Parts: sequence; C-alpha cells; structure tokens
Amino acid sequence: MSTNGNLLDVRELRTYFDTVDGVVKAVDGVSFQLRRGETLGIVGESGSGKSVTNLSLLRLIPEPPGRIVSGEVIFQGRDILKLPEAEVRKIRGKRVGMIFQDPMTSLNPFMRISRQLMEITQLHLGHSKRQAYDHAVKMLEMVGIPDARVRIDRYPHEFSGGMRQRVMIAMALSCQPELLIADEPSTALDVTIQAQILELIKTLKEVTGTSVILITHDLGVVAGMTDQLIVMYAGKVFEQAPTTELFARPGNPYTRGLLRSVPDPLDQKGTLYQIPGQPPDVAHLPAGCPFAPRCERAEDICRREFPPFVQLNANHHSLCHFANEVYAESSQTSAA
Amino acid sequence: MPPLSPRDGDIIHIAPELAVGEADVRSSEQGERVKGTSLGRDAWRRLLRNKLAVFGLIVVSIITILSILGPYILQVITGQTPDYIPSDAALIKSFPPFTAPDGSFSWRHPMGTDRQGRDLLALTLQGGQISLMVGIIATLVSLVIGVSYGAISGYLGGRVDSLMMRIVDVLYAIPYLILVIVLLSMFKSQTARGQVILLFVALGTVSWLTMARIVRGQVLSLKNQEFVLAARATGVTTPRIIFRHIVPNTLGPVIVYATLTIPSVMLTEAFLSFLGFGVQPPMASWGSLAAEGIQNIGIFPWQLICPGLTMATTLLSLNFLGDGLRDALDPQMRQV
Repeated sequence: MSTNGNLLDVRELRTYFDTVDGVVKAVDGVSFQLRRGETLGIVGESGSGKSVTNLSLLRLIPEPPGRIVSGEVIFQGRDILKLPEAEVRKIRGKRVGMIFQDPMTSLNPFMRISRQLMEITQLHLGHSKRQAYDHAVKMLEMVGIPDARVRIDRYPHEFSGGMRQRVMIAMALSCQPELLIADEPSTALDVTIQAQILELIKTLKEVTGTSVILITHDLGVVAGMTDQLIVMYAGKVFEQAPTTELFARPGNPYTRGLLRSVPDPLDQKGTLYQIPGQPPDVAHLPAGCPFAPRCERAEDICRREFPPFVQLNANHHSLCHFANEVYAESSQTSAA
Repeated sequence: MPPLSPRDGDIIHIAPELAVGEADVRSSEQGERVKGTSLGRDAWRRLLRNKLAVFGLIVVSIITILSILGPYILQVITGQTPDYIPSDAALIKSFPPFTAPDGSFSWRHPMGTDRQGRDLLALTLQGGQISLMVGIIATLVSLVIGVSYGAISGYLGGRVDSLMMRIVDVLYAIPYLILVIVLLSMFKSQTARGQVILLFVALGTVSWLTMARIVRGQVLSLKNQEFVLAARATGVTTPRIIFRHIVPNTLGPVIVYATLTIPSVMLTEAFLSFLGFGVQPPMASWGSLAAEGIQNIGIFPWQLICPGLTMATTLLSLNFLGDGLRDALDPQMRQV
C-alpha cells in the first residue's frame, strides 16, 4: 500500500492564488517525503507558504482565488490531488487529522464539545450516538481533560485556551489517523501551556504511532520534536535535512540566519540578531534567489539566476548557489 | 500492523504531570464555581433590563393569548359566536362601546358592535388570530427561504453567489406591493380560507429578500473562521457545514430581523385587506375590520378606532420587542 515506506510523498506541489495584484505563488515546487511514524517539521517566517502547503495536502485551499497548479500528493499510494472530492472527504479527519493555530476560533461556539467530537466518528467510523459519545469521552480523557464525562457537554467558551487545544487534538485523533498535521498548535497559547500541548502531541504520537507534520515558526519547538526538518522561504523549500544535522550544520545562509535569530539567554550583550529586511512579496519575486536582497553573502549570480537545489549529503539538500561553501563553513564552526 | 488503538475499551494513561497543567486546573476549578452563562440566558437578562422591550413582550403575549382564547371565552360568557347577528330588528344596530341597546351603560359590548350588531370585541379578537397568523407564517416562510438562500449563496461564493444575489437585486427592484396584488388577483381563490393561504404565500415569497441578504453577509464573515476550516478538515460535507455549523451562528441577527418582519408583514396584510385584496368575509382581519369601519366613520367611529387601536398597539409592541432583542442579542451594535 505504501511506497518505499513513505506514508506521504509530496512532489513538486504548486499552489497559486489569483489576486488583483497578480499571481501569488504561495507554494512553488515543494517536495518532501514523510516516513511512517516520523515527525516532519516545517519552519519559516509568516507568509512563507507553510500553512498553504499543508492545506493543499488535503485540498482545503479556498478555490477561487487559490488553485493547486501542479504536483502530486501521494498518500498511502494514492494521489490526493487526483481523487474525487468524496474520496478526499473520507481521508480528511479519518486518515489525516488537523490541528489549527488558534484554539479560540477553531471550535464552533454554538455546538457542545460532545457534538463536535461525536460528529467526526459518526461520520467516518459509522458510530451510533451512544458509541460516539463514549468514544468522545475516552478521547477527552486521553488528552488529559479531567472530569471528561461532565465537561463534554459544555460549550467551547467554558474551556480555557489550552483545554480547547486539547479538545482539538482529541478531535483530530478520534479516528486514529495515520497522519496528524499540526499547524502552529502552540502559537496562540502561553508558554507553560505551549510546553504541555507539545509534550501531549509527542506522547500521543508515540502511543498511537501516527506520523506528524508540525508547522511552526519557533525553532525551539521543532528542535525537540522532529526527525526531519524543512525550511521554507517564499513558497520554496530552502533547506531539507534531518533535524540534528540541520541545527548543527546548516547549508543555507537563510537557515543560518534563522538559527542565529534564536534568543540566547546566556548572551551577556543581549543584542538579538535579526535577518535584515522583510520577507518578499510573493506576487512580485525578483529574478534570482528570493532571499538575495537580505542575504549576507549574496553575489551577482544570486540576483541573476535562480539557485540550484544542491545535495550536500544523502539526505541534506539546500537551495543556494553557495550551498557547499556554507555547508563547509558550518561544519568547521560546529567542529571547532 | 495497525497503529496502537485507543479504542478497544482501554483508557490510555499518560504520565500524570502531562495530564493537566496548573493553569488549566485553575481555570477548570473556576469553571466549576462560576456557573457559565449561556448566550441565551445572557441575552434574556439583557432583554429584561430593557423596559420598553418588556412592555412590548407583555402586550404581545396578552394580545396573542386573548386572540387565541378570547373568542371562545366570550362565547362561554355570552353564549354567542363572534358572527352572531341579533335577530331583533332594532333601528340602530351598531352600539357605541359599553352601551346597551337602550342607551344605558353595559359591559356587554366593550368595543361596541358593528353594522350588523355583531360584538366588535369578539370580531377584533378573531381578526387578531388571522392577522397574527399571517404575520407569523409569512415570516416563517421568509425565514426558511431567506436563510437557506442567503447561507448557500454566501458559503458557495464566487459566481454562484453573484448570480444568486443578482436575482435578489432584480426581485428587489420590482415594487413588491404590486407583485403581491398581481399574485393575489391572478390566483384569486374561491374560498376565504384559500385566499388566506394565498396571502401567506404571497407575503412570504416577497419578504425573504432582505433576510437572504442579512444571512449572506453573516455567512461571508463566518465562513472564513477557523472552525469552518476545522469542520472541512474533518471531512464534513458542505450542506452539513452550511446548516449545522454556520447557520446556527447567524441566529442572533436572524431572530432580530424576523421579529421586525412580523409587524411589517402584518401591516402589509392590513393594507391589502383594507384595499379588499386580502382577507375576505366571512373571515376577518384587523385590516378588513378597519375597511368596514371606515365606511361609516362619521356615524360609528368606534368601528374603525377599536380594531385600528388594537393593531397599532400590537405593531408598536412588536417593534419595541424587536429593538430590545437586537440590543440583547448584539451588544456591540448598541455602542455604535
């Protein structure tokens, strides 16, 4: 059923948005693989195409203005982009669960928690009301909500942000999906709750054996949780590597900039590094490398030509004219 | 091998320190102590604080109850049906309020009698049945058509939305009274009952336009909320998303507009009946009673004043109630 152990194989995915301002290439030729049981992190600044990539996987892009121009999303051997809508609907929620950024708005304020949790299992697993209710209680207990049997009949506004995110996780995992997509699951929560939610996702991943795609702009979050990492910029994959490798030996100036931007509590001087400039307007990208205007080591070729996707070793790739040089430099510093 | 199942009767215990954080516990304890107020209860409290709205609510309730039960109560007291015409050939058949046939004070006819000597109070109450029924049923018709139409149009968006809304615009451009008059005279029914049903349909079909626009506007802003995306991501079908997830969220404005539609439909009905297009004898509504009354306004003014005042009081109360509901259900609107 699966192709060479890969649960998900995304190839050359392109999602464009038609706007008054021109065609916005939100996702432009993204490819990655996710193996069963692995966690893939996708990091990048706001507007780099992280969320659009993941919405495209389940064809949740609003059309119009969005459209998936080309690419393949092969999930368990089937190309989701070519399946009829009814088939995709059977995958959504059942085989792939999603958690969203803002737990405050991702639950329907007019529906009791129980009904929202029951809906998904009644739909996909054909549960009766009784079964669905019991299952919903069990799921709430699993995500660590106390007195689940009492609380399940409450409305979302009676829950705190962290509890709502727990409910979202319970909902996403109700049908035991093979893949869980978490789109910045901890961004809207305060730091202590953040840690709990991430820890919960990690534990549940181990317990249920599902694969996870974790989207975030917080490098600290991905460091402890992911096996593979993708760095996105302007709708493109800039660097792709196993997490430890990427942190130790980044092969792309952008990744290096990102890593340097992480606050270091031991730094006495207290000045925080930041990458100069703003993320580009993806509707009007320059001819060369999209990162060139902000790049420390940009040369003429960067502004002229689009960079190649250089393979640095077996599973480390970087989109840069000087990938090998940057990689060599990082190897030296990490060795030193 | 299938992933480990949380389903088969066993509860998965996660490390207790993960189950619920301190902050979560605190907020959940508060949830126990402070009984959460539902939106409905909250709105109800705000409504009761509004004196005019309470006045409106009381008057509308009294008039509704009297209209439904009044004719039967009077029948028990006087032993006469509302259409009882006294057989004694008195010279003046219409008596002023609180006047006996001999000119002395009497409780017999608190509103006087009509041209043929029928008790005007009984007739007015019976007319109220028809008037209120026309108002409520036509509003319900407009509610069903308007809400579905507006919700579908708003949710589907794009070309479908443009087309559906242009249809509404075209219908808006037709003077609706003329449309109703044409409908009523084209399908003129032989029976009085048929005429009333025709009136329901005619008024309902023209009064849904504004409702459709209101609901569409609400849906446009709701459909981009994350809970709709979350519902789509769990594989819920489009009709279910529209009617189970989105429509309940539009209820506030819909209820308000519906309460304000009732008096406006009743007024239209009265106007049509007054012109002779609406309710036909032997059935009576406030409009047709007023139409009869106006023929002898010089001699028997109470024949116009009594049903007219009753109607005016009812409409005014309904408007107060509607305004109060708007303030109660949409507190933000009030501050503007």
